[in-house]
Amino acid sequence: MVKEIERAGIPVVQMANLVPVAKSVGSNKIVPTFSIPYPLGDPSRTEEEQWKLRYHRVGVALDALTVDVKEQTVFKVSI
Amino acid sequence: MNEENPGVEMFRQDIYIFKGGKSAASMRKDVKEMAEFGKKILNGEALLSAEEEGYYGRGIRKQVWLDPPVTAADRAVDMLLKKLNGQPFKTELPIPPKDNVPIAPPIKDLSKATIAIVTSGGIVPVDNPDKIQSASATRWGRYNVSGMERLESGVFKTIHAGFDPAVANQNPNVIVPLDALRAYEKEGKIGKLHEYFYSTVGTGTTQAEAARMAKEIIVHLKEGNVDGVILVST
Repeated sequence: MVKEIERAGIPVVQMANLVPVAKSVGSNKIVPTFSIPYPLGDPSRTEEEQWKLRYHRVGVALDALTVDVKEQTVFKVSI
Repeated sequence: MNEENPGVEMFRQDIYIFKGGKSAASMRKDVKEMAEFGKKILNGEALLSAEEEGYYGRGIRKQVWLDPPVTAADRAVDMLLKKLNGQPFKTELPIPPKDNVPIAPPIKDLSKATIAIVTSGGIVPVDNPDKIQSASATRWGRYNVSGMERLESGVFKTIHAGFDPAVANQNPNVIVPLDALRAYEKEGKIGKLHEYFYSTVGTGTTQAEAARMAKEIIVHLKEGNVDGVILVST
């Protein structure tokens, strides 16, 4: 789906946990998520901490939409 | 592995990967072929080409003398004559077609951009009005989030059959981060959040169906003047 969106000329960032799979399928901009069942959450943390994780990683994805990349890029997250 | 399994492209050059069916239902037949091949190796029998044995080619070229011998020059000219005459021919070295998509130009001004969320995590309204399948999906849905600050538990849920849905059902924002995007919209980091999010289920869904669904979704993205997409996978 990511490739079709990109093929249509719309910049797209994929947030995914299995980064090697996203890469092998051809996504150009990837932001790692925390896990498969809760990509932007973590039931072992408080609501406040989960919100910070979600807010941070979504922010990285939004910024990635503005970055000019020449090859497949995995963007770093810090929370 | 089935040919659409990402493991094939990742590891076919490193190990023998046998061609498999679409689901575990064919495992009995598939495992038999692997076992037969294993026996051949253990017995030191001559191994045939990848195609003949039934595994994905590893890109290893093995020189074979034809009996009776036909030189490469003759084989090439024979092939060319067949091609020119519109007759069927078989290439000795298939080159896999590349499907690299040119990277879309980045957004210049995020504060003026309209952003949309697309997900393969199966987040849908609790009654699943579009009857999206929990696996091997062929349907997708778009759901209006105008006026919503976040996705509420009990209003949205996940139907994805590939993982324990408990956390996502309790807080659907962990897959479709509406709450975070609304915050960024309020702060002015993005111009606007698109009125709809688009959803389907990724597990077992073929690449062909996913590509078709994406093309249908793109029509709506373009109508909505969407400048950028965040696609959340599970």
